Amino acid sequence: MKLLNVSSKILLLCVTTVFITACQTGSDEIIQDSTSMDGVEQSQLEGSGVSAESTTDLTVLEDGSDSSAIAFDDEAQAKAKSPQAMLDNADSNIANRVIYFQYDSAKISDDSLSMIEAHGNFIASNGNVSARLEGNTDERGTREHNIALGDRRAQSVRRLLLFQGASADQLETISYGEERPAVLGHTEDAWVKNRRVEIVYEVN
Amino acid sequence: MNKLAKIFISLPLLMVAFSPLNAALTIEITEGTEGALPIAVVPFDTSKVASKLSEDIAQIVSNDLNRSGVLTVLSQTSLPAKPHYSQEVEYPAWRAAEQDYLVVGRILEKSSGQYEIQFQLLDVLKQKQLIGYTLQSSKRKLRSSAHKISDLIYEKITGVRGAFSTRIAYIRAQQNQGRKYVLQVADTDGFNTQTVLESDEPLMSPSWSPDGQSLAYVSFENRRPEIFIQHLSTAKRIKLTGFKGINSAPSWSPNGEYLAVVLSKDGDPEIYLMHIESKRLTRLTDHRGIDTEPVWSNNGQSIIFTSDRGGSPQIYEVPVTGGKPRRITFEGQYNAAASVSPDGKYIALVYGDGGQYKIAQLELDTGNLIMLTNSNLDESPSFSPNGKMVLYASTRGDNSVLYAVSVDGRGKHKLSDQSGDIREPAWGPYNLKQ
Repeated sequence: MKLLNVSSKILLLCVTTVFITACQTGSDEIIQDSTSMDGVEQSQLEGSGVSAESTTDLTVLEDGSDSSAIAFDDEAQAKAKSPQAMLDNADSNIANRVIYFQYDSAKISDDSLSMIEAHGNFIASNGNVSARLEGNTDERGTREHNIALGDRRAQSVRRLLLFQGASADQLETISYGEERPAVLGHTEDAWVKNRRVEIVYEVN
Repeated sequence: MNKLAKIFISLPLLMVAFSPLNAALTIEITEGTEGALPIAVVPFDTSKVASKLSEDIAQIVSNDLNRSGVLTVLSQTSLPAKPHYSQEVEYPAWRAAEQDYLVVGRILEKSSGQYEIQFQLLDVLKQKQLIGYTLQSSKRKLRSSAHKISDLIYEKITGVRGAFSTRIAYIRAQQNQGRKYVLQVADTDGFNTQTVLESDEPLMSPSWSPDGQSLAYVSFENRRPEIFIQHLSTAKRIKLTGFKGINSAPSWSPNGEYLAVVLSKDGDPEIYLMHIESKRLTRLTDHRGIDTEPVWSNNGQSIIFTSDRGGSPQIYEVPVTGGKPRRITFEGQYNAAASVSPDGKYIALVYGDGGQYKIAQLELDTGNLIMLTNSNLDESPSFSPNGKMVLYASTRGDNSVLYAVSVDGRGKHKLSDQSGDIREPAWGPYNLKQ
């Protein structure tokens, strides 16, 4: 429900932008404007599929004054782009916050690269966001070795996030070693799920 | 805690009613005592004690001696007689029962709750007393008096000082109904438990001060690993390190002045020595690999640690004054978590091969490596202060439990428990103030 609400507001925002732009320029540029909108908003616009309502919104806006419509725009825009909203969005590309590893390795697999890249971009473009990188291991090997291994894993993720433009003071690493397993048990299945770095966000 | 142990003895089924965090550990002898010397311990005379005693001294002594692996105690149902004084002993009956040694004793009540325990250790073949002692005790101290008797008997027979009166520390973790981590100390038979610290965040790596008065440990209570030292009887504690990154694996120096620790504040996990009073740090290792699990040689002149600098984890040694570490394990793909024997001649370690992790003992002079255990997930070996037993954690089924194995491989026993994981045992030193 919350998601729908947000996307209908974004829809409203988009339609309004289009409307205002249309008034100022020509109809030729309407298409250009909508295609230049950033990916997130666009996909939500597409996903909302409520074209019938757009006419209603448009009508409401035509009745109201321009200034009130613009004020509404800012609020909606701010809300949709707020880091908290991004973090709460279960469909976003930063919704997955667990990176898995091979046994006794801190090497980031190719499969995880795009996910870490998305997190890096998110952190880099939101200065008020900080991330705690929690390194974990499976139960094999000694506990002290695993504390060091968990630290290595967290550091691997940290390096990539820095490379993506996150700043060092936004990132904190910690290793729990094998002390906080995600899954209990002594099987390969449990081990696979426990060899991980979890990204824990905080919005300041 | 004594009270709890007492209830445990008389009403074992009621254990479930108690918080598992306070539950006493129970002992189970799991492996044979072949070659052990036969000894009989007759229940002590308590007819002169007004109210029933809370502890069965002879039973505690019997359990201690059985756990040593060196002695095997005759079951009470097989006793040919129940004498309480040496004069009452008819030796042929004990010789017929194939016993080498016999312990008799009695308890006198001096005043309410104050006792005098007298016992004699007799040589059945020579038909004479080996030792006889009188111990002053009290209601609260009955268990520790019993352990002292075990120490005296063990030392007389083997020539080696007994370690039954010492304490062990370990971490108890509960992962199922809410996470909980408890640092506890207990007698070596698992009774008389004392909770040192309880936390929702992990606790790790207990290490005894050489005087047995304090523990160093790692706590994540501030959501990051930090090293603390805590005095046991006053509960006074100090945060020693809280650097960025890893603060782990504290190990107390034999002279009590330093802690060897692992810090990653300068990048990779490295071994440092910290002077406790001044908090001055000296870095000992410098390598891209993982250097961890430092322990002190018995003379305090070098640090023995685990490093994967050669590819897989192996044990290395470096002088406390610095220098190039020297590798000391060569057999097997994986050797880690060293514990140095009190005489400095051996190290106990975790030996890994083909995904199995066992406890092994390495003789430093010869390089001879012998397996002490044959299970597949054993860790955290810790020598007893007399060097005769190694305490370790073993994963069986869902949980980790504590075991002790004698270094001659003859005896092995489990310190089992009803719930939770028990791990990272550290056997405390001798010189405890009682």
